[in-house]
Formats: sequence, structure tokens, C-alpha cells
Amino acid sequence: MSSITTRDTPRGFSVQEYLTCLTGIVWREGLRFLHQRERFVSALVRPLVWLFIFAAGFRQVLGISIIPPYETYILYEVYIAPGLMAMIQLFNGMQSSLSMVYDREMGNMRTLLVSPLPRGFLLFCKLLAGTAVSLLQVYAFLLIAWLWDITPPPQGYLTVLPALVLSGLMLGSLGMLISSGIKQLENFAGVMNFVIFPMFFASSALYPLWRVQEGSPYLYYLCEANPFTHAVELIRFALYGQINWISLAVVAACTIVFMVGAILAYDPSRGLARRGPAGGEG
Amino acid sequence: MTSPAPIAEPHDAAPGPDPAAVPALAIDGVSHAYGPRRALMDVSFNVQPASLTALLGLNGAGKSTLFSLVTRLFGIQSGRVAIFGHDISKSPGEALRLLGVVFQPRTLDLDLSLTQNLLYHAALHGISRREAAARSAELLGRIGLEERAGSKVRDLSGGQMRRLEIARALLHRPRLLLLDEPTVGLDVKARADIISHVRQLVTEQGIGVLWATHLFDEINAGDDLVVLHQGKVLAKGPMSRVIAEAGAQDVNTAFMRLTGAQVMPGGGA
Repeated sequence: MSSITTRDTPRGFSVQEYLTCLTGIVWREGLRFLHQRERFVSALVRPLVWLFIFAAGFRQVLGISIIPPYETYILYEVYIAPGLMAMIQLFNGMQSSLSMVYDREMGNMRTLLVSPLPRGFLLFCKLLAGTAVSLLQVYAFLLIAWLWDITPPPQGYLTVLPALVLSGLMLGSLGMLISSGIKQLENFAGVMNFVIFPMFFASSALYPLWRVQEGSPYLYYLCEANPFTHAVELIRFALYGQINWISLAVVAACTIVFMVGAILAYDPSRGLARRGPAGGEG
Repeated sequence: MTSPAPIAEPHDAAPGPDPAAVPALAIDGVSHAYGPRRALMDVSFNVQPASLTALLGLNGAGKSTLFSLVTRLFGIQSGRVAIFGHDISKSPGEALRLLGVVFQPRTLDLDLSLTQNLLYHAALHGISRREAAARSAELLGRIGLEERAGSKVRDLSGGQMRRLEIARALLHRPRLLLLDEPTVGLDVKARADIISHVRQLVTEQGIGVLWATHLFDEINAGDDLVVLHQGKVLAKGPMSRVIAEAGAQDVNTAFMRLTGAQVMPGGGA
């Protein structure tokens, strides 16, 4: 047996090295997004279909009373715009997690995971990169919505940014957490059915919760417990320069829980170890 | 492939007060199991700086599991792994900083260009953009792919991709290089180019190399050997000693006697 002489005098990493790593991961994610133009188009088409077709059809059916943060009666299109912004982030979070499953199967995740920087930081960077991509999509959507006469206060475009970052991180963390439990790319379709659609429909994205409560109290409680509802409300209030403190607390707490869970799930002894060795056969 | 020029600059991560006394890679009593299946059993060996150690084993011998442990993709269940004295479990950052790795499956981003792949890798090691661009240009020139710097990786041949992966593994100037069957699926010329390139890295830059393979014609007389079979080290040491201890005339016969494997006519197991 060989004897090991160890010298554990860590040099550590400078702030500059952390920043270089962060910008590198965000840059790479941005490049991948730009190379996948169809992903950008589909990310925009989905909410626009809801805005142009669904909302136009339901405008006369669904009346919206004056509820915070709105100070007057609003069109249905105006009401669902924040929900559609959150929807973009929800789909993007799942798309990012799909990309992580793909990267893992193709081996690209190893490039990331053998970096000397702390693994938790690397995964956080990956989440931040996914959120940055979702911001591009959301602001592109807001531009088109503005042309459709959905015009929040000008300062709302700025005040919504922190809310979008937080909700993007929460939904990205959720996606990463789910992807850590997916063993094969083919299984991802199940996530679409069992996570995205229930989260989206059982929320305040498409209808105010007081209307849901009238129809079904149980569904109302389910919607209230849905983190996506709070992401929508956080965005809705922030778009009008206000803070929904309950939603902020729920989204922040869920972000922490999902992020810690996702990082732990990618721990080598709990995550990758179940999937087999690096080379696969040797 | 163009001849690699020696890297004149010192390595970024200092190996310590007396590098010659510390093995590039020290594996000590490492065992690993996937549930009830034991993949590695009490594996111990060293890789010295400026030397090439061939890790010989059949498919399923445990080579890739060992690579996953050394690269921290898996947590160490028992035993210790150290890179230039830095314990991979206690100081993974310091250990991985000194390690370059080429995995058996391709890990390049096919939709990015050659330069973009290298810049991404550099960022993961905290290397500034300007420094990374300079190193990327230098390495691409060294592997004869500077003309393809802006091409997408998916347009490269298998051999070119492997050379790019080796260049990428060297970008942060590691002192230990792990190569997991890097020539699998390549033609004779591409294999010869890669073997020659790696040997130059050993002799000219003093890099320690652990080369996992089951192809005997990739091994030279001066190499160290580790024969891994069903998760156990059956023999280790200089090639001549391993052959002599097996009572054989050549490495093929020695491997066959040690493992009971059939050696393919082409020199592979």
C-alpha cells in the first residue's frame, strides 16, 4: 500500500476567479440560447398565444374586479401578463433542467463538475445563467405586450427586475431539483405533465384566486400553497412598483429550499453515484 | 499534429516545497461499491511526475470508476486519493486545480466553436478572459487547429475532437493528466498522433500522466504499468518488472497470465 503525504494548505480562490467563472457560465448559457433560435421563438410564441388568442377570447367572459395592485378596472390581457411572464420563467426553468439532463447524458456536466471551484457555487452559477436567459425572454415578451397596449408604469420595467431574478432562481432551482431525479432524457416528458401544467393552472396566473375560491375552496387552498402563485403575485406587484411581502417571503423561502435540495442532489455521493461511472464501462 | 512547444511559464498552482518527493497522484487503499456490487477493492498505486503510467484493464475492470473518484465526480467511500499531496476529499479545489482530464465519452459542446469551448473551460478555472484567449490561441496552434478556431466543434473529425479535448485539459496548466481510453474509436493515424503528443507532454513539460487503456501497443518499455482486473490491482511497477514477475516475454502475455484474458491479435484485450 502506498503512503500518502498530504499538504492541505488551500490557496483558495479570489473574488476575481469566482466572478470569471460566473460570467463564463452565464456567457456559455447565453451562447447556447442564441444558437437555439427555435427555443427563443417557442419561448415567446407560447405566452403570446395565450395573450393574443386566449385572453382575447376570455376578455368578455372573465370580469376582473379592482384588486391590488391594480387601482382601476383592467382588461383581462393586463391581468394575465404577469402570469405569462412567470410562465416563461417556469418553462425556461424546466428547459434548463432538460438541458442539464441532456448535458449529463452527453457528458458535458463533467466539464462543469471537475472545475476546482466549489460545486455549490458552480450550480448556483448555472441557475443564475438560466435566470439570465429567462430575463431576455421576459423582456422580449414585455416589449411585444407593450405594442399590444399592455403598458405598466415605466418604472415597473425596472422594479420588476429583482422579482424576476428571484422567481427565476426559484423556478430554475425547482427544475434542477427535478432533473437530479430524472435518470433518462426520455422521462422528461412526464415532468411536463406532472409539474408544469398543474403548477400553472393551479395558480393565480390566469384567474384571480377569489374567483377560484367561489368555485372550490379546496382548489383555492391548493393555489395558495402553490409557490408558482406567489411567483406570479410577486411579479404582478413588482410590475406596479409594489411589494407583496407574503409572496416575497414564500418565493425566497422556496428558492432557498429548492436550491439547497438541488445542490445536495448533485452531490457526487447522492446524485451522480447512482448513475454509473464517468466512462461508463471501464 | 504539430510538435508541441514546451510551456515556458511556471504552472499556476505551485505543487509545494519539494515536488519531486510528492507523487503526482497517490491512490491509497481505495475501495468503491455500487450498492452490493464492489467495483474497486483496496486499490493503491502512485503516478510520478514526468512519467506515464498505463492503467491496463478490460472493460468493467474499474478504470472509469477510479477516474470518477480521482476527479471527485464520486465521493470517496474508503481510502484516500491525493494529487500532489492535496487530498481530493479535504482540498478538492487545490487538487482539481492541478488536474487535467479527458474522459472516455466526449464532453465538448458541439454547438460552440473551438475557441468558445476553450474559453468556457478557462472560465471554470477562474482564468481571466484575456489570459484564456492567449492560451487558447497558443494551444490551438500547438495541436494544428488554429485555422479551425471559429468552427463549430461538431464539424471536427473524431481525432481532432480528441486533440481539442487534450488541449482543453491542458489549458489551466495542470501537472497531472488523466486520459480515459482517449484513442477509442480513432483511426491508426489519429491514435499515433495523440500518443506522440501525450508523450511529448511528459518529457518536455514534466506532466504526470495516467493513461487508461486496453490497447497494449499504446504502452512503451519505459512506462509504469498498473494492471487492474475486476476491481483489484494485480500488478504494478515498471513494465519490465511486471513482465518479469508474470514470467512472460511481453506485456500481452503478462496481461493474459495475470488476468486470464484472451489477447486480441491487434494487441488489445
